[in-house]
Amino acid sequence: MEWLSERPCLNPVTEETTELSLPSRIETVAEAAAAVADFVSRSGVSDDAAFGIDMAVREAVTNAVVHGNSKDEDKVVDIILKSSPEAVEISVHDQGTGFNPNEVPDPTAEENLLKTSGRGILFMRNFMDEVVWFVPPEGGTTVRMLKRR
Amino acid sequence: MAELNITERQAGDVTVLDMSGKITIGEGSVALRTAIRRLLEEQKKRILLNLAGVGYIDSSGIGELVSSYTAINKDNGELKLLNLTQKLQDLLTITKLLTVFDVYENEAEALNSYK
Repeated sequence: MEWLSERPCLNPVTEETTELSLPSRIETVAEAAAAVADFVSRSGVSDDAAFGIDMAVREAVTNAVVHGNSKDEDKVVDIILKSSPEAVEISVHDQGTGFNPNEVPDPTAEENLLKTSGRGILFMRNFMDEVVWFVPPEGGTTVRMLKRR
Repeated sequence: MAELNITERQAGDVTVLDMSGKITIGEGSVALRTAIRRLLEEQKKRILLNLAGVGYIDSSGIGELVSSYTAINKDNGELKLLNLTQKLQDLLTITKLLTVFDVYENEAEALNSYK
């Protein structure tokens, strides 16, 4: 996971780290959420924070599986979980063609309210304290999310 | 155990779906979609979703609720929501969908609201 260390950090959080590499299928969303729930439980965050992290992780992994990797099971979703006394940080990386979150229409705009998709990023931004996307040199997209304690 | 359990009952000409579990990408969303499609095929177009037992919903599940709402409206039916948990109410507030859905906390009131 060298590519992550070369990317801009929101805040360095390094007390405990767990890494997962999961296949690009829908079942991975629940699998990732369960792993993150275990990690978060060990990290001792509040119930509200744990709920928010769970929501954000499900949305980030869904985006990676469905939009990033187009459910191609030959591609994987890499997840890195880090915790410190200050925060929990989660990175989700896909092997897609890249992604610009600014191109996603605002789902709360009147004309988009009845769209059946496009709300995941809204939830990620709402439930986490910081969310950034970047494209590492080897391609794909990484979203890094931070929840302060 | 299924991710989303749906029990159907009839209250006059309104079909109530008592739901419990999760409406998330995959099984939960598909279960809701299948139930709504079946009701529309059976010409049951006045539908009340009792969400009291739904403790978790993701953006895919929210999308499925919107899809259900649109499909039922298109078929000249009415979809209303009953007994939202606080978390679901929060999500519908964040997405501004509380302004779209007709939401009730009391079943009798919800049933009486159908035209």
